[in-house]
Amino acid sequence: MLHIFCPHCGELRSEEEFHASGQAHIPRPLDPAACTDAEWGDYMFFRDNPRGLHHELWIHAAGCRQYFNATRDTMTYEILETYLIGTKPQFVNQVPAIRKGDQA
Amino acid sequence: MSQTNRLPNGGRIDRSKVLNFSFNGQTYQGFEGDTLAAALLANGVDIIGRSFKYSRPRGIFAAGCEEPNAVLQIGATEATQIPNVRATQQALYAGLVATSTNGWPSVNTDMMGILGKVGGKLMPPGFYYKTFMYPQSFWMTYEKYIRKAAGLGRSPTENDPDTYDNMNQHCDVLVVGAGPAGLAAALAAARSGARVIIADEQEEFGGSLLDSRESLDGKPAAEWVATVVAELKGLANVTLLPRATVNGYHDHNFLTIHERLTDHLGDRAPIGQVRQRLHRVRAKRVVLATGTHERPLVYGNNDVPGNMLAGAVSTYVRRYGVAPGKKLVLSTNNDYAYRVALDWLDAGLQVVAVADARHNPRGALVEEARAKGIRILTGSAVIEARGSKRVSGARVAAIEVKSHKVTSPGEWLDCDLVASSGGYSPIVHLASHLGGKPVWREDILGFVPGEAPQKRVCVGGVNGVYALADSLADGFEGGVRAASEAGFQPVEAVMPKALSRVEEPTLALFQVPHEKSTTRAPKQFVDLQNDVTAAGIELATREGFESVEHVKRYTALGFGTDQGKLGNVNGLAIAARSLNVSIPEMGTTMFRPNYTPVTFGAVAGRHCGHIFEPVRFTALHAWHVKNGAEFEDVGQWKRPWYFPKAGEDIHAAVRRECKAVRDSVGLLDASTLGKIDIQGPDAREFLNRIYTNAWTKLDVGKARYGLMCKEDGMVFDDGVTACVADNHFIMTTTTGGAARVLQWLEIYQQTEWPDLKVYFTSVTDHYATLTLSGPNSRKLLGEVTDIDLDREAFPFMTWKEGLVGGVPARVFRISFTGELSYEVNIQADYAMGVLEKIAEAGKKYNLTPYGTETMHVLRAEKGFIIVGQDTDGSMTPDDLNMGWCVGRTKPFSWIGQRGMNREDCVREDRKQLVGLKPVDPNKWLPEGAQLVLDAKQSIPMTMVGHVTSSYAANSLGYSFAMGVVKGGLKRMGERVFSPQADGSVIEAEIVSSVFFDPKGERQNVE
Amino acid sequence: MQHYSGFGLFKHSLSHHENWQRMWRTPTPKKVYDVVIVGGGGHGLATAYYLAKEHGITNVAVVEKGWLGGGNTARNTTIVRSNYLWDESAHLYEHAMKLWEGLSQDLNYNVMFSQRGVYNLCHTLQDMRDSERRVSANRLNGVDGELLNGKQVAEEIPYLDCSKNTRYPIIGATVQRRGGVARHDAVAWGFARAADALGVDLIQQTEVTGFRKENGVCIGVETSKGFIGAKRVGVVTAGNSGHMAKLAGFRLPVESHPLQALVSEPIKPIIDSVIMSNAVHGYISQSDKGDLVIGAGIDGWVGYGQRGSYPVIEHTIQAIVEMFPVLSRVRMNRQWGGIVDTTPDACPIISKTPVPNMFFNCGWGTGGFKATPGSGNVFAASLAKGEMHPLAKPFSIDRFHNGALIDEHGAAAVAH
Repeated sequence: MLHIFCPHCGELRSEEEFHASGQAHIPRPLDPAACTDAEWGDYMFFRDNPRGLHHELWIHAAGCRQYFNATRDTMTYEILETYLIGTKPQFVNQVPAIRKGDQA
Repeated sequence: MSQTNRLPNGGRIDRSKVLNFSFNGQTYQGFEGDTLAAALLANGVDIIGRSFKYSRPRGIFAAGCEEPNAVLQIGATEATQIPNVRATQQALYAGLVATSTNGWPSVNTDMMGILGKVGGKLMPPGFYYKTFMYPQSFWMTYEKYIRKAAGLGRSPTENDPDTYDNMNQHCDVLVVGAGPAGLAAALAAARSGARVIIADEQEEFGGSLLDSRESLDGKPAAEWVATVVAELKGLANVTLLPRATVNGYHDHNFLTIHERLTDHLGDRAPIGQVRQRLHRVRAKRVVLATGTHERPLVYGNNDVPGNMLAGAVSTYVRRYGVAPGKKLVLSTNNDYAYRVALDWLDAGLQVVAVADARHNPRGALVEEARAKGIRILTGSAVIEARGSKRVSGARVAAIEVKSHKVTSPGEWLDCDLVASSGGYSPIVHLASHLGGKPVWREDILGFVPGEAPQKRVCVGGVNGVYALADSLADGFEGGVRAASEAGFQPVEAVMPKALSRVEEPTLALFQVPHEKSTTRAPKQFVDLQNDVTAAGIELATREGFESVEHVKRYTALGFGTDQGKLGNVNGLAIAARSLNVSIPEMGTTMFRPNYTPVTFGAVAGRHCGHIFEPVRFTALHAWHVKNGAEFEDVGQWKRPWYFPKAGEDIHAAVRRECKAVRDSVGLLDASTLGKIDIQGPDAREFLNRIYTNAWTKLDVGKARYGLMCKEDGMVFDDGVTACVADNHFIMTTTTGGAARVLQWLEIYQQTEWPDLKVYFTSVTDHYATLTLSGPNSRKLLGEVTDIDLDREAFPFMTWKEGLVGGVPARVFRISFTGELSYEVNIQADYAMGVLEKIAEAGKKYNLTPYGTETMHVLRAEKGFIIVGQDTDGSMTPDDLNMGWCVGRTKPFSWIGQRGMNREDCVREDRKQLVGLKPVDPNKWLPEGAQLVLDAKQSIPMTMVGHVTSSYAANSLGYSFAMGVVKGGLKRMGERVFSPQADGSVIEAEIVSSVFFDPKGERQNVE
Repeated sequence: MQHYSGFGLFKHSLSHHENWQRMWRTPTPKKVYDVVIVGGGGHGLATAYYLAKEHGITNVAVVEKGWLGGGNTARNTTIVRSNYLWDESAHLYEHAMKLWEGLSQDLNYNVMFSQRGVYNLCHTLQDMRDSERRVSANRLNGVDGELLNGKQVAEEIPYLDCSKNTRYPIIGATVQRRGGVARHDAVAWGFARAADALGVDLIQQTEVTGFRKENGVCIGVETSKGFIGAKRVGVVTAGNSGHMAKLAGFRLPVESHPLQALVSEPIKPIIDSVIMSNAVHGYISQSDKGDLVIGAGIDGWVGYGQRGSYPVIEHTIQAIVEMFPVLSRVRMNRQWGGIVDTTPDACPIISKTPVPNMFFNCGWGTGGFKATPGSGNVFAASLAKGEMHPLAKPFSIDRFHNGALIDEHGAAAVAH
């Protein structure tokens, strides 16, 4: 069971208090109407799903009910950092994630 | 019966406390302090079970959790049966009832044994993959008999009378194992002031020191144990957990400890006591002092009762005062096992010989044995044992390990006990639960824990440190390290002095050669519980199973309840030799929790029955119970389903309730609907973005129905939201969706639109909601409120504040039944009083409480949807014919707008919600029934939709339903068919989903 | 291929089982194959088998980074059923079910497919509605299914607590009597042995590290043992599909999550069928060896560690004790985890990809084992023809763009 540092509460708490909410840093397109179906589908469904560092969104659901981000290694499950929404992670993957446009 | 094998003295048993117990129906006696295994051995019981596959007789083989054979059924009553208890780990108590798990008619004369002898040759590993295939239809018959033969003990067939606990623990240092290294570590950590938990699976602390020949500071080792335990017990920062197995090492230093509080007292916990407890521990640092398991040697007929693990023999002699035989032959490849011969000799018993696979052993213990005149056959090993129900002899022959050959004809030695030691395997299970791969150390011929990210220290045997003095030092140092890493200042101390002696290296011998090839030699067992032989492992490799996981899976090696504690290393050594690779190249299989099995009840703790999950009751629950309600589970809530009167079934009750609402007035407890208080200057804008419809113009005092979609445009919740002030709204959600919706609002506010100033508070439990519905609701409410209920003053879709029953209330004039309705929201703790006043005043109006079923009927007559019943996560507002609720021109692209305009979501032939009217007004369409356009087509049929809600003939005078039909909105008046399981077909007409009062005139009653 | 039979077993016993043939070769990879399949699990091996058997394409390699059948094939709870709600799923899984019936004979390898019946319990009125909907759809789709009331459930499943004393009393169930369990390892080994016999090269301990493209077209795979050319590449790597897609240069609508399971110690037969409950989140069957095989839930976060969080196990055991209180004193032996590739609609992806000549078969989530023969069969047909098999067509990646999802999630009242 993971041990997660809630940056809002300033405490390490057990995973049972939290809820994982998927990959972080996926902003909602500012003008959805301008998106093609493919772009909208990418926004909703397509994820990096990396082996290794993953920036992900968590909510301290049974605590302060605040969302925050975490950088976690999906192989070892080690959490390298948690950080506030709107801030950038300190730990990033060497290889950039694939975004729309890189697709072969 | 007398304890024929009990030694006249010695052992940590209380001979003054005689305990009667029974095994396979016969009564025996043992002493307090015995394990069941020790007591059975004391009574000369040789056969304790039959093997799984070949039904061979088996006896007690080990003395601890690695025991593969003595797996018994315990329990004096049906409800307290416990399957698969290892006799070696079960403390004896008065009245213990144990039976063997296999063997018919008895373990001594087992019919299956004969079959095993004959059929054994037909059962190599994987034989079942190669046969029982023809004819195809026979497999289920074959399987019935296979299933019958399998399994060990049996589950009780009555419910468990005992209770179990979970307990959350936090500590600085968790020490696993209370042998010499663990005790030293605990002492070091405890003296530093760290919060320490020390857990050990045995009845008492001490581990190997409890049966050790060694002395510490010149005194018996057990005395040192007592001193340390006394010191630890005296420290407030230390928790001692004997009879507690650390069974799982999970991520981020979370470990579980399975503590057996009363299993040593009886098969049922004494009244008021918890039988077992599962500690959920988060430890800053973990010290693993799990020790080692001795490996047996693999030789012919090494499974006949009377073959034992060498160390176990010493344990029985020294700890329990039991001699599991008279004449001992010891087969070893290491020095340490010689203590067994010395202990045997000390007990006044005969050591026939020691066979040492090494050519010229000169270690201190060897010399001691030699000096005592024990016959030592070097360069030799027991290559096979003799005997059917008990060992009667052992053949010792010279062997050559490198070429795996027997080099002399050997000699049959007359004996009744063969003890073997093939070296020691560090107990790396916990250290490897998180995937850290164990590392082979050639110097100790064992796997030690590999690198791992978790914050732990391995000390003593598990760390490959075997000599007692070294182990104590390693333990102490580990404890110091753990405590200081956890932020404590360690204290210096001196460990007691232990004799250090010269020990020579162990020889790498696993399977003992036989002059016959492995396939033809007498069976050489590797995994006793699963009847896996060396020949079986060779066969697996011959058939192409080259990975250790393949070998394991094909042969079942290590699949038993002991999870290969004895057999795995031998097995992979045999596979490695067979494949001509090294042991580290072969590698180990994965180690997974549990270290030893854990009772389901202990894991579940108190979370069973009515507290399996919390139950939510409304503030009016007691009133519903008093009025005879039947309840329905909706999410975690108990909601009144209907209120039957004497003699009424659900149909009659619902008919009556419906009629009361349509004719006069009914009362519904709507408290379970989710209520979210939304405040802030941007609350209105937020609603605009989150709901499909527009909220800009909703005035204070008004309320509006809203639909909520996900980004894909599919409806996921609905409800009425009222404007309390320009910056203050009360949102209602579905009962099941309340938590989901709150989280939905929060995620958008916090991650997408943090610039919007808006705050959410769940107030579901703070208010009770009483719905009065029916033409007389105004009159009734008027009698208990000061609010002006006049039609003009209090129009539909508005709300007002005032007193109801003398209590401040918010009253919403909204309706889910189509009738004139008022939803009265009162602070929950006043609700019961208000309800009683309303009920009293309602008598003259025949005020009728109604439940969810009537509510469903009434709303369906009006065509109102229930999200989750009439929708399923694949329906857009347009699919629901609720386009009127979609604000297509709102400036902000609200959630769902883009999604519902994707290519597939704007198809004209999507499934759309319509009304369905069975052609026969007395036929009822089952809810869920599928619909087709042509009932005569062949299977697979083309289905066009299904029924979502359906109700029997009622006030409408005919049965009716709602359902979804492909392109249904353009098919009004057409027919659909629902083929039933019984072959009948129900025909229905597609109609508008509004069956009752389509113009909404019922709101206008005076 | 050496024929397996009871008589053969007897014959070999006379020579002390010394002369059994290898079940498959350990071949050296050729330079180029007609089809390279990445991933030697059940689905990959089945694909290879059907390519060779039904399409005559035998110049095929299966490249596996570990050991055959070592991924989710080795880690699942072996349940087989085809009672899916939506037509597209029902047809695909029923295709698999028909292949299961007769698979042992087809492969000459006893996969111990045991049609013990699969029950899905209903605890709420909405469960009953959803179950009627599913059973009714199954029936009209030619998939067997019955809806039982609470009394029938109590009669058919001994020791199941059907009283009102439970938190969520059981009020009914669906049953698919043709559903059941199979021996998971045997499925992989049976397909492997049969594929090998038809000439397929099974290349173990070889990791695919990249895909080579020429003018944007896939022409082979880079592996830890060098380049292997391929006219077509089929990727069947379950939990690692996202990683493979990344190597190929695109993303998938897939997330890999830990899924856990556990077994009890072996006990005498007590659970005769497969019993699943969505409402209390547990499912259970009993293996021929006597172990209670219990499926737990998935963790909410991405994880490749083949292990999940303890509370998931805890909750599952609570559910089992809630359903079968007599099992409270039985003991849990071992737990483990697999990595499941989940899609937003809980349906697989069997599809062409943005890279020509490269096909993916993934996203089976928690339901892949039951589809093994069907998945391999339709994927083989698609690889053979270069066009998706009709049963596979609805499972294209495109559905995540155009919105034509097949949402098995909420609608089916079945644990996924």
